Amino acid sequence: MTNLSAASAGPLRPRTLGLVAIALLLDGVASLRMADWSHQWLPLPASAAAPYVDDLFALETGIGTFIFLGCVSVIGWTLLFNRAPKYDMDDGDPIEGNLRLEITWTILPLVIVMLIAWHAIRVSDTLATLGGKVRVTGTAEAMALANSGAESSRSVAAGSFGPIEVIGRQWSWEFVYPNGVRSTELHLPLNLRSSFHLIATDVIHGFFIPAFRLKQDMIPGSVIDYSLIPTRVGRYRLRDSMFSGGYFSSNQTDVVVESEADFQHWLEQAARQPLKPGYNEARRLYEKRLAEGDRGWATVPPAPPPLVHVSTNPAAVHVS
Amino acid sequence: MSSSVSFDPRVLKTPQPVPGAPDNWKRFFSFNTDAKVIGIQYIATALFYLLVGGVLAMIMRGELITPAADLVDPSVYNGLYTMHGTVMLFLFLFPILNGFNNLLIPPMIGAPDMAFPRLNAAAFWLFPVFGVILMASFLVPGGPSGSGWWAYPPQSIQNPLGHFINGQFLWILAVALSGISSIMGAINFVTTIIRMRAPGMGWFRLPIFCWTAMAAQTIQLVGLPVLTAGAVLLLFDLSFGTSFYRPEGGGDPMLYQHFFWFYSHPAVYVMVLPVFGIFSELFPVYARKPLFGYKVVAIASFGITVLSLIVWVHHMFYSGTPQWMRNLFMVTTMLIAVPTGIKVFAWIATLWRGKLRLTTAMLFCLGGLVNFIFAGITGVMLATVPVDIHVGNTYFVVGHFHTVIFSTITFGIYAGIYHWFPKFTGRMTYEGLGKLHFGLTFVGAQLNFIPMHWAGLMGMPRRVASYDPEFAFANVLASLGAFLLGVAMIPFILNIVSSWARGPKAPPNPWQAIGLEWLLPSPPPAENFEDDVPTVISGPYGYGLGKPLVENEAHYVARALEA
Repeated sequence: MTNLSAASAGPLRPRTLGLVAIALLLDGVASLRMADWSHQWLPLPASAAAPYVDDLFALETGIGTFIFLGCVSVIGWTLLFNRAPKYDMDDGDPIEGNLRLEITWTILPLVIVMLIAWHAIRVSDTLATLGGKVRVTGTAEAMALANSGAESSRSVAAGSFGPIEVIGRQWSWEFVYPNGVRSTELHLPLNLRSSFHLIATDVIHGFFIPAFRLKQDMIPGSVIDYSLIPTRVGRYRLRDSMFSGGYFSSNQTDVVVESEADFQHWLEQAARQPLKPGYNEARRLYEKRLAEGDRGWATVPPAPPPLVHVSTNPAAVHVS
Repeated sequence: MSSSVSFDPRVLKTPQPVPGAPDNWKRFFSFNTDAKVIGIQYIATALFYLLVGGVLAMIMRGELITPAADLVDPSVYNGLYTMHGTVMLFLFLFPILNGFNNLLIPPMIGAPDMAFPRLNAAAFWLFPVFGVILMASFLVPGGPSGSGWWAYPPQSIQNPLGHFINGQFLWILAVALSGISSIMGAINFVTTIIRMRAPGMGWFRLPIFCWTAMAAQTIQLVGLPVLTAGAVLLLFDLSFGTSFYRPEGGGDPMLYQHFFWFYSHPAVYVMVLPVFGIFSELFPVYARKPLFGYKVVAIASFGITVLSLIVWVHHMFYSGTPQWMRNLFMVTTMLIAVPTGIKVFAWIATLWRGKLRLTTAMLFCLGGLVNFIFAGITGVMLATVPVDIHVGNTYFVVGHFHTVIFSTITFGIYAGIYHWFPKFTGRMTYEGLGKLHFGLTFVGAQLNFIPMHWAGLMGMPRRVASYDPEFAFANVLASLGAFLLGVAMIPFILNIVSSWARGPKAPPNPWQAIGLEWLLPSPPPAENFEDDVPTVISGPYGYGLGKPLVENEAHYVARALEA
């Protein structure tokens, strides 16, 4: 990094330059390796957004590693070679500043972060997951609005599926498909853009699928349009990401991504199932608490589990 | 009190710490207007709450060491994490930094005391009041607030038991009182720095700690009224049936998020700026070099102040914020990398070709600096909209936040304590215990907070009481780190208590530091320089430059030694 050139209080000697060049080279190699490795710190990428997010993260990991190692190397160097021997009460070189150096380390970070920001803006434009937002005064109005949207032809373009109503409650998920099927686990067709109406009935919830790298808060009083494209068949976790009170941690379910044919088949099968209360972890824990004498601090009781055609299977194994 | 030396009886009764007088400890429990007494009152009370917050954290980490919620009920976990955050921010960090402001600002600028001593004491005495209110919330039916330190409505205003006095009610009351106390403090600090500097001490001869205190307290004055207003509206929604934040009544929960973050993001800078000040004071002392680029480092503090007030929406990227607003706030947030980068590079350049003395204080500074560089990098990642959409509200944020709040800010606070302890108590601390404290804290912090980043990248939401088994390994590491941090407190407490009781007597300037406070005896007399205020003739940090800091410096050095 720039601060290595601070070595040059006098004219640069070839040996110093050589050392700096080797250090920068090693730093660069290490940073590239870290950027590469960073993909493994993330869950499997399963949506069209995931590769963009992962690449952006890898880019930042690479740049960040370069800066971090550069700074820490210089600090380490001073710790090794600039320590005062015991009983040495002298002062160091009275260097008060260096204008050129200071301009460099002002401009360089500015350029780096602005390039990252510019790139990030382009990525956001490509993903275009967030649609409009309509203010409502209550859950009934939200549902009515979402349904009217489903019936009219608005927003459903060719090559896409939906809209699916996503309803967040304390503490359950409910998904309503355009054909009226209800489930507590989310099924999505592969490689199609699925669109959603996100509705929260009580408090704020977060619609978060780590494998998709996507997250959107669901806000009481608003119906938020959202869309995404799953790109990998499998069963993934969907988690509530915005703290929602008592049994917040249990408010998770699965997303099942299937080929379009399998998905259509599932929809038809599901429509023939009777409505029954979905599996609800929060309810189970709350009943256990009541059975044990209702100890603990105050919480609102869980909302009744939604009546659905297809319930979550708590024993199912998710990929990531 | 069984000293064989006889004292003038008036000395025994004086509420001020008089050098050589028997330790009249009662002054620390009275409405004392001396900034040095108030400073120690703040720091001692805050350190007590650090232990409280730390115990809460260790119970949480005990719960999280296994995936299932098996140690405490989830509702209890929610209360614990809410109180942990609230205690650490409002009862530890803000008060302890105000303690530093009280101790350091007047001697550093050659003032006898704060501009408004009674206001200062009143601001302090609000602290035990809201401290007790917050602790009392553990005892009310239903337990303390369990809505996180953000207290987002509608969850925070659900009030499950329906009592008027409930945990959330007391929480809001405590936070609002804390805000009032901080505003009172801010008025005092800003006025003191503007109006009470020694002759010759122009802005560019002011120590960086005072620059950063000024920058931080400016944020308090601009931002805190907004949070306090937001909290009052929340109290009305909770207790009096209004609907500022209730959609059924035409309100909007998003409004609260704006109020909250308009202050609470800058609040992090209120805490980190004084620590930047501590780093800027200590690196020159222990590297024996002038602070590299002093003027730019000073001005960069205000760059951070200005930017801090226009970045708050980066906490709401996934809250339905439109794309243009996300982009705008991403750009402003990323700009913060520039003034903070200037400071980081200046500190590193200060170390370069120095004569480093690795005292405990210096070790905490170096550790804090390395941790802060790491936190800065993850901070830029969090500012990046598409990355934040994935890692926002996960343990990645928890890891980042703790690397800032603990591994940088608290490290800086420890450094400040070890550095200025001799000055204000008149006793040296033990280096061996100090270095043990540093070693345990450094290792514990990395073990605790680095695995959190990984858990977050894998998709573990923050604030959960239970989690899927794939996050177990990262959480076991984090819990072990947390327990190690608990162990690290033992040498620290031992050191502070035993040094104060019977540590070696401290000379006026044990670190050969340059600064007005080091021209005073240890501990300084009640009114610092009294009527003999030195005239400042050069900038701070003149290590190796051979220029005196004040006119007739030898006189002040001799006077301090005599006392």
